[in-house]
Amino acid sequence: MPSQRKKYEYLEHTADIKFQAYGDTLEEVFENAALAMFNVIIDTEKVSGETEREVILRSPDMESLLVDWLSELLYLFEVDEIVFWKFQVKEIREEKGEYSIKALASGENYYPESHPFESEIKAVTYNQLELKKNTVGWKAQVVVDI
Amino acid sequence: MVESENTFTEESGTESVHRGVKSMVRKLSDNDWEIPKGQVPKMRVPGRLFVSENLLEGIEPETIDQIANVATLPGIQKYSMAMPDAHLGYGFAIGGVAAFDAEEGVISPGGVGFDINCGVRLIRTNLQKEEVVPHIKRLTDELFNKVPAGVGGKSRFRASDKELDSVFLEGAKWAVEAGYGVDADVEHCEGNGCLEGADTSHVSTKARKRGKPQLGTLGSGNHFLEVQYVDKIYDREVASAFGLEEGQVTVMVHCGSRGAGHQICTDHLKELSRAVKKYGIEIPDKQLTCAPAQSKEAQNYFKAMLCAANYAWANRQMITHWTRESFEKVFGRDADDMGMSLLYDVAHNVAKLEDHIIDGRKKEVYVHRKGATRAFPAGHPEVPSAYRDVGQPVLIPGSMGTHSFILCGAKGSMDISFGSACHGAGRIMSRAHAKKEFHGQTIKEKLEAHGITVRATHPSVIAEEAPGVYRSSSEVVNVVHELGIASKVARVIPLGVAKG
Repeated sequence: MPSQRKKYEYLEHTADIKFQAYGDTLEEVFENAALAMFNVIIDTEKVSGETEREVILRSPDMESLLVDWLSELLYLFEVDEIVFWKFQVKEIREEKGEYSIKALASGENYYPESHPFESEIKAVTYNQLELKKNTVGWKAQVVVDI
Repeated sequence: MVESENTFTEESGTESVHRGVKSMVRKLSDNDWEIPKGQVPKMRVPGRLFVSENLLEGIEPETIDQIANVATLPGIQKYSMAMPDAHLGYGFAIGGVAAFDAEEGVISPGGVGFDINCGVRLIRTNLQKEEVVPHIKRLTDELFNKVPAGVGGKSRFRASDKELDSVFLEGAKWAVEAGYGVDADVEHCEGNGCLEGADTSHVSTKARKRGKPQLGTLGSGNHFLEVQYVDKIYDREVASAFGLEEGQVTVMVHCGSRGAGHQICTDHLKELSRAVKKYGIEIPDKQLTCAPAQSKEAQNYFKAMLCAANYAWANRQMITHWTRESFEKVFGRDADDMGMSLLYDVAHNVAKLEDHIIDGRKKEVYVHRKGATRAFPAGHPEVPSAYRDVGQPVLIPGSMGTHSFILCGAKGSMDISFGSACHGAGRIMSRAHAKKEFHGQTIKEKLEAHGITVRATHPSVIAEEAPGVYRSSSEVVNVVHELGIASKVARVIPLGVAKG
């Protein structure tokens, strides 16, 4: 079993990138999945800054909410030119058969020339997507298209 | 490779991996394997995998399952197939081709992929290798500086909303009219660089926002801009029709629809995941989300996908223009004087409404090609008049530092593969593994020792895309040649590569 101290880890995938994120709560596993995704793009340890974006989303199920959350962050990264490193998921709720998320993402405004980007993520896929609760907490598995 | 060739036998493999794969397929002939119905539940047709016995060893069992999964979708015709460069994708395998009845079938974004109309074009020159080699470092630098690449790479051109609409509707034609090329460029693109039926009302504000600053950029990953020379001619007659000869310098552009296409796919996947429930379609993998071909949801996706496909053609057209400018600057000559004309431009990731003969009867089908190239033979009305007597040019990029191939569509493609062939080499090693195995700077130096100049935004890109992470493109190309779906015409070797 993965230690709950580990926030995330990368797994083998031939063409794309697969990772698992862990958390004691659903909110935490969403935060760690976002961190795992941004660490594909850049070493987030080298990023600082407090430019904030609020993310509020609604999706038909929990797994789709995870894909939508990560896709939204990817969109904000590209369009608002912010590389995120800190995530605070305030609440994930189930209401009338739908799931919603309210979160804050913080990061640094970037200039392509000034940041040593590692890889470009094209999109977040539904392939091998998992979001499960086990005895030690939550586990999410995501494949991103490179 | 040699060792495994010697030890590989029909009955038992040397490793558990290919023993597993062999038990999933049935040999029909050399290069042709059937994935029988029953590989996964509810297959409507069998699967077909076009690989040599040697390449079969490298195919992952999950890829076989993905080919089989596609065979469960409604309205699929003949069989779900994969080309010799097949590898694990999401939903559909990369290298996958599937045709669905235009009335009874489905349209699936997973059969196209996120990078809609990722594709390749080849620009001819009348320069000889010897004329270019002394200037290759400067030329590669110039191309790298002129064509933005890499994560977050922004274009020097910022499209207005009106211009973006024209890009989505008119593709390469818009670019040429805006001054990025000549009329002949458009005539030498698949579908004249513009697919009809695009409708911008199905393109979200998000897709527009991502698309605007990226028009005229290369992107990252396996995309590249490469100066090459023809080192081998396989078929003199066809090569002459294509205007190719030994020693001639060519330029290859490999990129797609950038963030606009990625966002269009993401947006419509979400819509279609609702539709799949609404229409009660059973799918074995969420990434195979689809809707009945004539439903509002499927048609909305299709019309938006056409916008992205056209964006990609405009994108490659602008890069062509800057390529011509780079050559003009370095050689101090006019692009026309250097014979810089477009040989052809093909899409690798696209769905199209085409006519095919099925069971002796002409039928309209939505052909999905995900990591596969259209390969129409001689005489097909969609082949540009200049090539109609020999067949459509099929461009197969190699991995960084290795050969690329120019083929022509052959007769067998219409019988065997819905007019399709392979698209590349096919990845065999993960990016993470590649980064551990290879060191970007070392690879760069090795390639330079072989006379290949590489410029990339980041050394890790070079490691991730090292030649060793792909299977040999010559082996892949030999399969489609032997099957008679596309014939080898010429081989090119890189001199200078610019990467994201």
